[in-house]
Amino acid sequence: MTGSHDGGLNEAIGRRRFLGYVVAAPTLVVAAELGLTPAPDVRLPTPELTELLDLNDMMTAAALPTSGLISVEVNRDGTVSFALPRAEVGQGITTSTAMLIAEEMAVPLERVRVTLANARPELVFNQLTGGSNTTIATYVPIRVAAAIARLRLLAAAATELGSAVTDLTLKAGVIANRSGGSVDIGALAEKAASTRTQQVSVELTARENFTVIGRPHNRIDARDAVTGRKKFAMDLDVPDAKPTMVCRPPTINGKVGSVANLAEVRAMPGVTDVVTISTGVAVRAETFGQCIDAVRALRVSWKAGTAEGKSDETVLRKLEAAELPLGLKPLTPTVEGKFTFYFRSNSALEPNCAIADVRAGRAEIWSALKSPLVAKQAIAAKLGLPVGSVTVHVTEGGGSFGRKLFFDAALEAAEVSQRIGKPVKLMWHRADDSRQGRTHPMATSRVRAAYLGNTVLSYKQRHTSVSTDLGHGLGEIITAMAARLPVGDIGFSQTFFHLSQAMSYNFGAGSQLLSETDKSFNTGSMRNVYSPDVTCARELIVDQLAARMGKDPYRFRHDFLRDDRSRAVLAKVAEVGAWGRSMPAGTAQGIAFHAEYKAVSAVLVEIDCRPGTVNRPIRDGVAGPRVTKVVIAVDVGLAVNPRGLEAQMMGCAMDGIALALTSSLHLRDGYFLEASWDNYFYTRQWNTPPELQIVVMPSTSEEPGGAGELGVAASMAAVACAYGRATGTMPTSFPINHGTLSFTPKPTVPPIPPSPTDGLNHAR
Amino acid sequence: MPEHTFRVNGEQVTVNVAGDVRLLWVLRDILGITGPKYGCGINVCKACTSHINGKAVNPCAIPVADLQPTDEVTTIEGLPATVGKDLHPMQQAWLDHDVAQCGYCQPGQIMAAVALVRRAAAEGRGITDADLDGLRNICRCGTYSRIREAIKAGAENM
Ligand code: FES
Ligand code: FES
Repeated sequence: MTGSHDGGLNEAIGRRRFLGYVVAAPTLVVAAELGLTPAPDVRLPTPELTELLDLNDMMTAAALPTSGLISVEVNRDGTVSFALPRAEVGQGITTSTAMLIAEEMAVPLERVRVTLANARPELVFNQLTGGSNTTIATYVPIRVAAAIARLRLLAAAATELGSAVTDLTLKAGVIANRSGGSVDIGALAEKAASTRTQQVSVELTARENFTVIGRPHNRIDARDAVTGRKKFAMDLDVPDAKPTMVCRPPTINGKVGSVANLAEVRAMPGVTDVVTISTGVAVRAETFGQCIDAVRALRVSWKAGTAEGKSDETVLRKLEAAELPLGLKPLTPTVEGKFTFYFRSNSALEPNCAIADVRAGRAEIWSALKSPLVAKQAIAAKLGLPVGSVTVHVTEGGGSFGRKLFFDAALEAAEVSQRIGKPVKLMWHRADDSRQGRTHPMATSRVRAAYLGNTVLSYKQRHTSVSTDLGHGLGEIITAMAARLPVGDIGFSQTFFHLSQAMSYNFGAGSQLLSETDKSFNTGSMRNVYSPDVTCARELIVDQLAARMGKDPYRFRHDFLRDDRSRAVLAKVAEVGAWGRSMPAGTAQGIAFHAEYKAVSAVLVEIDCRPGTVNRPIRDGVAGPRVTKVVIAVDVGLAVNPRGLEAQMMGCAMDGIALALTSSLHLRDGYFLEASWDNYFYTRQWNTPPELQIVVMPSTSEEPGGAGELGVAASMAAVACAYGRATGTMPTSFPINHGTLSFTPKPTVPPIPPSPTDGLNHAR
Repeated sequence: MPEHTFRVNGEQVTVNVAGDVRLLWVLRDILGITGPKYGCGINVCKACTSHINGKAVNPCAIPVADLQPTDEVTTIEGLPATVGKDLHPMQQAWLDHDVAQCGYCQPGQIMAAVALVRRAAAEGRGITDADLDGLRNICRCGTYSRIREAIKAGAENM
């Protein structure tokens, strides 16, 4: 692969000129090719692959040969429509997309309507939301389409107003000439339309002239969210799609043997159907409440699952056996550490859910899907239908964190609907989502750094993990691209690992390798994938190295980071967070750095590990050490929407705190003990840092970087480092409270708990 | 089938359903009021938080038969009308602080926040950090910091 991509159509003409299309349509429709972005430059193999190509380059490059167009439409009412071929799951991409259009078209943000596109097979690799790649991949093509729209509107206005185009200005959706004549773009929607599709070249707005991009904007869907009008999959009114739930096995991926009381459960109030499917026994009823009752009433004998008898301890032994060697110990002094990261859940608050209406010869699906093309293919295969007979609607998602890269509920809903011949609204119970849902795989990381005097000679890291299932399309992209990469035939998990792990410090020679084992769990890539664990282990070792060399942890990092941009974010958090201020015993600061998605981040935290804080009473929750302050500095290149970026960093900080301190799944006897949000301790208000400050660095780049996941790794690492400094002991097992089971596990049969009946007694 | 009568967002409603069906499903599956969200069904996540007679409750834990004809259920959809405006001050504060990410938890967060402020006011005091720490609503997107800021701001205007 060379630096330039083929075909004149994709080629940028000059610095800011690009080609796009005016599409034949009754009103103005303009389009550009997705994949219209600078091609990554891949050269010879070197030890530091991430310097050549990162995951985003790969995803962007994979999209280049596709011919799918994204189009912007001007409507008669003066609004502008765009169907984004990505999933909005809370990361704010509909807002940033609307901002790109508003910028190039000079229309108010409120006039831009961004919806989510159905699955579009012609987009091939280019309809996958992941790797924080959305803005990176769509930044140029969306602006090109919008800029062409502006040109066409100006030309139409020139005719309409009898002025030269050069005498016209477009502002706030209105085009005016010098003599006071004006026309709204809505009135030009038809006049600017074209009867034939034609290619147009256009120049994009120069960075220094931006008035929308790079300024903070509130989310365009905020009003819908706070009024309850925002519709998620389970809120849709699809005719006759009745509530459906599945009675699931007591162990991971167990199978139905037989059901003792089918007829009895079918006769329960509200129940319309009960049917055995590949994952359990499905129940359809008038209300979800009646589904819960029916699921609980089913008497099922179960066959063994895929992780029968396994526990944290057995998996740990398996990981040990799969660990790649660190090689001979050098003669120079070394710092070594081995870290364990337990299973974690990437459950969103909206559980796995989907609506399916499968009829003879066709199927229609509604679900929040980040890989709708793979979902469409898999559903078609499962139903025995041609791919073209399956329509997949992408709904707004109630969070993802990697969960919605998969389509487990959509596949299940399709199966149930086909079996019973009726539409279904299928939802997983929280207990299902926690126990049978996908997880971030358990892993260990071994690190060895050799040093002499003030030089780090080498850094080696061996990450060993339960297999991560990447079979949602990202895997296909990587498989397709792997042959073209200088990594040899190492499979896509390893490729992914290489591509996402940059070595940001001048640590001499070294290697970071991934080894995977055990495919018996339902796994997936959780927000920021391998990076939180890998970075946490590395940053703890960095603190150890600094101590050995008698250097301050901040100074040490600053001295060893490779470039100015990295040092700048680190220096910023040190300054804003008053690094090195004196603090009482049992409390401390921690600092960490992480680079990924063409972006750099640094995090400073303060933690309080004093007994009075750790043991503060919390009903049905864990208190533990409290992170009292978080300061984050990020440089993502061009931040399209700084307010959205700050929101993502805030979420990343909450994830990092949970990963370091409180949130994990406990595996015992082939199942996870956690079945509730009061078992799985994601950050709650009582763990939230009272002080949080996020600094978006003034950007120097012309290109946006990814942001949705960036801050998790450094946040987790900074909390771990702070904990180590406050307690005087480097933590080696995460989350740090995993050894204490802080709840009473719920039964596995029936698989879901009853709903309480005392709600009125708790009115407050 | 037994009939159950109560008030929702200012209107009298009657539903025909078994009395042990929890209010959350009566609202969502029968009445089509989808603002209150499901996140656990066991009164833990608080995504379904709504008000009964002005107090915060979790409809996933209330059998519909427990409601009296005079009981006034307010969901997020009915919150603005309680102050006779398009938006309740707390919703406005949520907008001003750009709190929502995916938005799934936010109807419950706002309803819990309003009840908290009313409770504190009834005790003749303002909102404290301990009050905010005591909110149990999950936000898996981690919007907790902006929620805290928005509650303090919203309380000013209530
Ligand atoms: S669904 Fe009611 S509290 Fe979780
Ligand atoms: S905004 Fe997504 S769960 Fe709170």
